[in-house]
Amino acid sequence: MMKRLSKLVLIITSLLLFLSLSACGSKPLSEQNVLENAKADKTITWGVKADTKLIGLIDVKDGQEKGFEIDLAKAITQQMLGKKAKAKFVTVTSQSRIPLLKNGNIDAIIATMTITPERKETIDFSKSYFDAGQSILVKKGSSVKNVQDLNGKTIIGVVGSNSVQNVKKFAPKAQVLQLPDYAQALTALKSGQGDALTTDNVILAGMAVNNPGYELTGKPFTTEPYGIGINKGQKEFQTAINQALDELIKNGTYNKLIKKWFGDVPGFDYKGVLRND
Amino acid sequence: MIKLLTDNWSAFLSGFGWTILSSILALFFSLVIGSLVAILEVLPNKFARIVGNVYVEIFRNIPLLVITMFFYLVIPLYVVKINGFTAGTIGLTIYTSAFIAETVRAGINSVDIGQMEAARSQGMTFWQAMRYIVLPQAFKLVIPPLGNQFVNLVKNSSVLAFVAGFDLMYQANAVASQTFDTVNTYLVVGIFYLVITLPISYYMQYLERKLA
Repeated sequence: MMKRLSKLVLIITSLLLFLSLSACGSKPLSEQNVLENAKADKTITWGVKADTKLIGLIDVKDGQEKGFEIDLAKAITQQMLGKKAKAKFVTVTSQSRIPLLKNGNIDAIIATMTITPERKETIDFSKSYFDAGQSILVKKGSSVKNVQDLNGKTIIGVVGSNSVQNVKKFAPKAQVLQLPDYAQALTALKSGQGDALTTDNVILAGMAVNNPGYELTGKPFTTEPYGIGINKGQKEFQTAINQALDELIKNGTYNKLIKKWFGDVPGFDYKGVLRND
Repeated sequence: MIKLLTDNWSAFLSGFGWTILSSILALFFSLVIGSLVAILEVLPNKFARIVGNVYVEIFRNIPLLVITMFFYLVIPLYVVKINGFTAGTIGLTIYTSAFIAETVRAGINSVDIGQMEAARSQGMTFWQAMRYIVLPQAFKLVIPPLGNQFVNLVKNSSVLAFVAGFDLMYQANAVASQTFDTVNTYLVVGIFYLVITLPISYYMQYLERKLA
């Protein structure tokens, strides 16, 4: 009896210890000024995608991140902190990006993240830097022509992306499978675990480039304005990023990057996302 | 934390159910397969021993995730369509059975060889001696390590989350990414797992005391 009791006490105390540890670690971060830190060491740490072609992809040959968001993050960093400034990249997934921002591992998220009211309760966003729209990718010759055709079928999505919640509105009778990342979601589609893969059209377009047997179908059924995610309480950092973004649009760097990455992607109309101020 | 629990009660509960179902299925089948492989490994026939050994060494030394992914992604391409839950449970069964085989084999080997010889000299066949004399003693010896394997199995069932198997971990990932309340979600899930694993631990301790 005593033995059992002392065991119980041990379990409870260790649980409490864990709780108190997780509670006290986060305090000092919210009092730091991200912009001042960035200016001091001339570095901004960005959370980026590593599995999304055209957007953010780690090139296995040289281990470098490559993509539109990577180039944009570099451009913003240099616009903000000068030519010598360095953009540091940390790989995130749809699921890990907000927790990593909250615990201070990264300064900002530039990882195909749509600005949504729910997310705005947790973090702040820059102005939108890209206008994507949710669409579906299917095997060529599939009977699925648009999102409504997916009722009663199985759709594959990625955990933590808002596309899995959106798609339920357009195809309420569909079953949704959430997989950990896009590479795996695409493999699951190829294995026949689902009838379509849903996420934003730019991401799907990147997949279609590498997988000629698959195509985007139907028109995008939502608008997904991507924003740069920033911790709450970092107004100065947010303003600085917005200014840098405006400058890049004004001096044409933004459109150059759009053309570089999306200029000749089949099934994607790059002219629709060019910005002119 | 209470609000998180009540808001997502159905998600947690269905995840809990799938986790328990997967664990029970995998536990049953891995115990059966594991015991059979263990017997293969102690048979007088050399070929049988090699087969048993190869099975154990292959599946004990490949990560569970790789086995599961193989069943989820590769098998449907060439053989038959299986969903995430089934793929995960099969992976879990095969992986755990390799460990159970090693555990049971150790048990069989630690039963004095004289027991088998005595049984055979009384006119029992090899299988009769195995069934009535050696295995009962072997299982009694390996209850503590078997309990470990069962607890590991329940925890390893979180692999289902990676193949959309609707288990606790899968639901937790979904809830965490919708509510952004990562800390509390995983705390809740940790407690749910304890609800399954602690009774197993205590039952195994009880069996150990009762049978030893």
